[in-house]
Amino acid sequence: MSTSVASPSGGSPLLSTPLLEMRGIVKQFPGVRALDGVDLDVRAGEVHCLLGQNGAGKSTLIKVLAGAHQPDEGEIRWDGDRVTLGDPQAAMARGIATIYQELDLVAGLTVADNVFLGRERSRLGITRPAQANRAAGELLARLGHPEIRPTAEVGSLSAASQQMVSMARALSQDARLIVMDEPSAVLDAEEVDHLFQVVRDLTADGVAVVYISHRLEEIREVGDRITVLKDGRTVATGLPARETSTAEVITLMTGRTIEYVFPARREVRDQAAEPVLEVQDLSLAGRFRDVSFHVRPGEVLGLAGLVGSGRSEILETVYGARRATTGTVHVAGRRLRPGDVAAAVGAGVGLAPEERKSQGLLLGEPIYRNITLASLARFARGGYLSGGAEKQAAREQAEALDLRPVDVDREVRTLSGGNQQKVVLARWLLRDCTVLLLDEPTRGVDVGARSEIYALIRALADRGVAVVVVSSEIPEVLGLADEVLVVADGDVIARRPADELDEHQVLDMVMEGAAPVPGAAREGDVA
Amino acid sequence: MSETTTAAPPSGSAADAGDGARAKGPGLLGGPLGRNLGLVVALLVLCIVGAITAPGRFVDVDNVLTILRLAAVVGVVSVGMTFVIIGGGIDLSVGALVALSSVWATTLATQAMAQDFHWIVMVFTAIAVGAGAGLINGIVIAYGRLVAFIATLAMLAAARGLAEIIANRRTQIVQDRGFIEFFGGDVLGIPTLVIIFALVAAAGWVLLNRTTFGRRTFAVGGNAEAARLAGIRVQRHTVWLYVLSGVTCGIAAVMLMARTTTGSSTHGTLLELDAIAAVVIGGTLLVGGRGTIVGTVLGVLIFTTLGNVFTLNNLSSSAQAVARGVIIVLAVLLQQRLAAGGARPRKKARGAATSGSPAGALPGGSATPGGPAGARPGDSGGRPPT
Ligand SMILES: Nc1ncnc2c1ncn2[C@@H]1O[C@H](COP(=O)(O)OP(=O)(O)OP(=O)(O)O)[C@@H](O)[C@H]1O
Ligand SMILES: [Mg+2]
Repeated sequence: MSTSVASPSGGSPLLSTPLLEMRGIVKQFPGVRALDGVDLDVRAGEVHCLLGQNGAGKSTLIKVLAGAHQPDEGEIRWDGDRVTLGDPQAAMARGIATIYQELDLVAGLTVADNVFLGRERSRLGITRPAQANRAAGELLARLGHPEIRPTAEVGSLSAASQQMVSMARALSQDARLIVMDEPSAVLDAEEVDHLFQVVRDLTADGVAVVYISHRLEEIREVGDRITVLKDGRTVATGLPARETSTAEVITLMTGRTIEYVFPARREVRDQAAEPVLEVQDLSLAGRFRDVSFHVRPGEVLGLAGLVGSGRSEILETVYGARRATTGTVHVAGRRLRPGDVAAAVGAGVGLAPEERKSQGLLLGEPIYRNITLASLARFARGGYLSGGAEKQAAREQAEALDLRPVDVDREVRTLSGGNQQKVVLARWLLRDCTVLLLDEPTRGVDVGARSEIYALIRALADRGVAVVVVSSEIPEVLGLADEVLVVADGDVIARRPADELDEHQVLDMVMEGAAPVPGAAREGDVA
Repeated sequence: MSETTTAAPPSGSAADAGDGARAKGPGLLGGPLGRNLGLVVALLVLCIVGAITAPGRFVDVDNVLTILRLAAVVGVVSVGMTFVIIGGGIDLSVGALVALSSVWATTLATQAMAQDFHWIVMVFTAIAVGAGAGLINGIVIAYGRLVAFIATLAMLAAARGLAEIIANRRTQIVQDRGFIEFFGGDVLGIPTLVIIFALVAAAGWVLLNRTTFGRRTFAVGGNAEAARLAGIRVQRHTVWLYVLSGVTCGIAAVMLMARTTTGSSTHGTLLELDAIAAVVIGGTLLVGGRGTIVGTVLGVLIFTTLGNVFTLNNLSSSAQAVARGVIIVLAVLLQQRLAAGGARPRKKARGAATSGSPAGALPGGSATPGGPAGARPGDSGGRPPT
């Protein structure tokens, strides 16, 4: 990255001829026309945002650009010349680096190996690990993560750290165009800020960035221009990112206007009801300490905090997927054996995990089998499964969550990222749980479907389910939950009713790792 | 290697000190070393048992050399097999390829040529036949998209059949004195066969751990899609893996020809099972993406020593077979324990609270409801069968 700085204002387009032009791109998959004539042009030094609902074709488009998919029609111009990107090497050779939506790393290799995979630091085929480690360490430091060791095995890292490794890989290519497919989905607010700083540095050097995200506020913060896809077509291109209103963008994406609101909480909560989930002094060595909370039927408890603060571990420990070091979990008055998932499930606890590919989905199986997996007993008579009833139930859930396409016989593998997330969620919403633990339920889900998910969660609570939600998006926790626990570095630092908190207070708490004196710094603008 | 991260920011420096301390054991040796240590212990225990039950006969230079000489042939094949399995495949045809190579290299025509020119012709023939058959395996698997298990099963049948046709079911005697003297001899008391094994293992180690080829083998087996997106030509790489396995079969054929002074279509019968077992005992995951050459070598030595101890105690080969079966299961169970306990907490959080924890390991193993982190997207929950 020694390119001379040509634009002091970082982000304003440098040249009038686009660096990249894609015209009339068509990509047909068996049964789906994922891209149906998409246009995109990207200028050097700009952040070009690509927006669209789940399944609109964003990832498919950037895979065409990365040489991972071959388009059926259309042309790609790079620097004004028509090019064919026959395979990933061809795209990389031209200076196109891609951070894919699904983490595309090799779990068994080290961080440095992954960063330089395919372009290993070597002489005459002999690798130079010391050099690679040093270079990878420098890249990670530049990304604000010097604590990720280049020699660590990637499989042992958190999703956020893995995202950083993907990012380091893209940076290491000295690319002229970097495509980022939902890089912020697994990051928390602080890390996103850092990411944006890196993006600004890149664009100041004249590198173009294509940025995909479902968080519209990010677009306004970092974007220069917007292209909107809908059902595989470009519906708008070159919109100024800062001037276009959110409502307009949403209308373009979905074809309708969406009230981005949270469902109403129940007016009077039944404070007398017995808590159905009681967690007492739960600890997991090195992860979190002395966590206590209880949830009544009909309540939604939110866990706010940074990625890596221990929220997911708390859920996993309650669920029995990790064995608590100390502490107890009671469901409906009965104590659960630590580290016993079967006992938890038997007691009516469900967990929708945050990482869909590794934790939740049978990718090669049809959608309906994935959805009904946790509630098979309901569809079985004497062990014999009734496929029709199964599909019917799955279809209802799929429609409720706005899954696209709603064809429940499709393999999950062929769904877009956000739609895969909806399948995981559908599975647990379908199951009759008394306690439902949701880890990042809307990760990668588009604005349209989010409201539906919020409404569904609230409806479940109203039916008497106790819900615990983890989310990195603070407004989501505050809007959805009745009560909020703020977690920092494995400690619960505050517990408040959600309507007594606002976003800034929560952010301050998680950043400082301690709660202010209650009532001291309360502002009047409670949502 | 570990001094790269010393420039830590003030916020995380305390935690980094802990990290740095752990980083001292370089990643290359850190994990597998522990597992290999277990294998070394197992081998030592076997030796002690041998020394106690058959004193005098077990601890004897000739006996040790016999073990090593027996281990050499399986060992060479296992090195090739290690590459194939780490790369996410399997090669069932190795035994048959050894037979075919040995027969082809000892036909009258080849031996006549060798007589006119040099016995090296026989060596080249054997290796070329192995490589050629491996090439076919690789092309059928990588480009024909046939499952490796089926493709190499077919090659197993076909290659042994072809060997029978060529040899006309007769055992072919190696005529060339030079060949037998060279390969059957020794250097400074160490049999040439053992030296060849050592050389192949060393070359395999370098290739796997120190070259781009080796690195990419891990990537192809660990996550083929990620490898493809990283610009690795996965299909071509897969072909090379099977060629490599074929080459080791050719070398093993030469070694067998020297040891038995024959080429025969019955050479290497069930060799594939021994090789796969040795590789798996050595800690290589059958789903690919993980494995070591050192582990494989130890696996081979354990197997061969076991056979030797049994033979010295006059136990039947049937009892031996049972013991082998038990050992395979035990070894793999143990490997999984070690793999689950020694690593892979799924989350490594930032900040002092977590990175300062002792090694970040979770007792009780895999923390997540899903499959092993090393599994490829397609095989959810795929564990090596036991
Ligand atoms: N390999 C495939 N085989 C069949 N269909 C596919 C395949 N990949 C994608 N599709 C389909 O193409 C369409 C577009 O998918 P794509 O992944 O590009 O969506 P996306 O805009 O990235 O959505 P998200 O925001 O959820 O990530 C979807 O309908 C999806 O089901
Ligand atoms: Mg996508």
